[in-house]
Amino acid sequence: MSTTWEPVIGLEIHVQLKTATKMFCRCRNGYGGEPNTQTCPVCLAFPGALPVPNRRAIEETIKLGLALECTIADRAIFHRKNYFYPDLPKAYQISQYDEPLCANGRLVVPTADGEVEIGIVRAHLEEDAAKNVHVATSGRIQGATATLVDFNRGGSPLVEIVTAPNIHSADVAKRFLQLLRQTVVELGLSDAELDKGSMRFDVNVSVRPAGSDELRTRTELKNMNSFNFAAKGIEREIARQIKIYENGGTVDQETLHFDPTAEESAPMRSKEEAQDYRYFPEPDLVPLHPAPEMIEGLRGQIGELPTARIRRIANTLSFYDADVLVTGGLDRLWAAVVDGGADPKEAANVLANAFVATGINPSAVNPEEFTKLVASRSEIPRAVFDDALSHVGDPGFSAEPYVAQKAVSDASALEPVIAAVIEANPGQVEQYRGGKQGLLGFFVGQVMKETGGSADPRVVSELVREQLGA
Amino acid sequence: MAITKEEVLHVARLARLELNDAEVERFQGQLSAILEAVGKVAELDLSDVPPTSHPLEVSNAWGEDVPHTSLTQDEAFANAPERDDDHFRVPPA
Repeated sequence: MSTTWEPVIGLEIHVQLKTATKMFCRCRNGYGGEPNTQTCPVCLAFPGALPVPNRRAIEETIKLGLALECTIADRAIFHRKNYFYPDLPKAYQISQYDEPLCANGRLVVPTADGEVEIGIVRAHLEEDAAKNVHVATSGRIQGATATLVDFNRGGSPLVEIVTAPNIHSADVAKRFLQLLRQTVVELGLSDAELDKGSMRFDVNVSVRPAGSDELRTRTELKNMNSFNFAAKGIEREIARQIKIYENGGTVDQETLHFDPTAEESAPMRSKEEAQDYRYFPEPDLVPLHPAPEMIEGLRGQIGELPTARIRRIANTLSFYDADVLVTGGLDRLWAAVVDGGADPKEAANVLANAFVATGINPSAVNPEEFTKLVASRSEIPRAVFDDALSHVGDPGFSAEPYVAQKAVSDASALEPVIAAVIEANPGQVEQYRGGKQGLLGFFVGQVMKETGGSADPRVVSELVREQLGA
Repeated sequence: MAITKEEVLHVARLARLELNDAEVERFQGQLSAILEAVGKVAELDLSDVPPTSHPLEVSNAWGEDVPHTSLTQDEAFANAPERDDDHFRVPPA
């Protein structure tokens, strides 16, 4: 009898906060500056420079903790995590260890098969490292390399979120990540852009016989910069581990570097020795005691969260549509359009397909004008609608000029064009009358071409059928 | 509370220090003496005393999220071991 295997997946996510300044100094936080122009004695670790925590970063972390139903610590402290690397000028990262700001939360992930609750072990605040670029050097010594360091990012506030290892499929892991990202973006904490590194994640994967509660050796997947890659990498790692166990082998604890183009994930260079970070309380910083009034004030800033909205919208639409609208940040626009009288399903289709394809930020769209456009979708030529859609994000966009270009559905205007098309294509007419009904599309296409796409194709189709009717 | 030779070497390795045999022996003695002195605290009953992470009775010392002026590149690089245009340049990591 063969064993059924259950995957056990845990996630560790880093989100870069978009505060105006860094975590422990008031250098500007953010991209765009020339290298090494956002530095000071604190983030360059000059002797004697002292860190001052960023109040807003602390508040944002608490806000996220509340959104994830965490317990907010009555007392939290920072620790030093010690290691040597050129991206860390102090030779320690200020992080949190056994007294994090937020712990014991959860995020409920709606899926097509019901809701799955994912435990949040902790969400803590720390500082980011600088950016290293490894370069080959030119010159006489072949193969010599150097590391170039840009400290602009060094010291940026990062929130680290650690889930419980209670995710049991790649699909749920992916949905969790999408939902967490949307939550973080809506709270205004971070842009959480995977391609810019403002959201990064590592995945721990192990498998066990279904029904057991053991935790077997896990491997860590790093370097995944899309949710689809993450799902693919997890699937692949699950299959690899199952195969090893079924062949009587054992899984080694290792870190795998995900390469989407390769068939397998390559192991990264193993660490020479087990990590020994020698955490100890940061003596340069005093404890945090978030006041209850502060916490309640932050709680008041949190609106209806994505999970709750998916749940609510799935009462009207399918789970799939609700999920796409909410995790795509489209549901507020959808609701506005539906309130304006549009059909819910049609509005969802337009948003999830045609609108998403334009790449326009939903928050740039004026819902009233968008509603007018969607309402007249069936009455204006497709090309006009698409053109309008590509401009809905423009400042001052008005649907009026597009809606005014109603498709020509007046038979008296279309009949002469149709007659001309029929006259010009006697061969096709004969074939059609001989039973080749598929040619109807040909005639409609010709009429659309003659009218410059302004005709209503449904009316044309009817009229052509009438005129050819034999 | 004696510290072993292997522990001295491990700590030295973490601190990227290279020690000769005589130094290992000397630091073994010194570190053991420090641990022993600190170990005295463990003789007390401290079950009701919360661990101290900071000697001051101060909390919530934080700053507002308002940018200040950063250093210029020239100032930032003034003490750099090596500069490569607008980057710090260090041996390969």
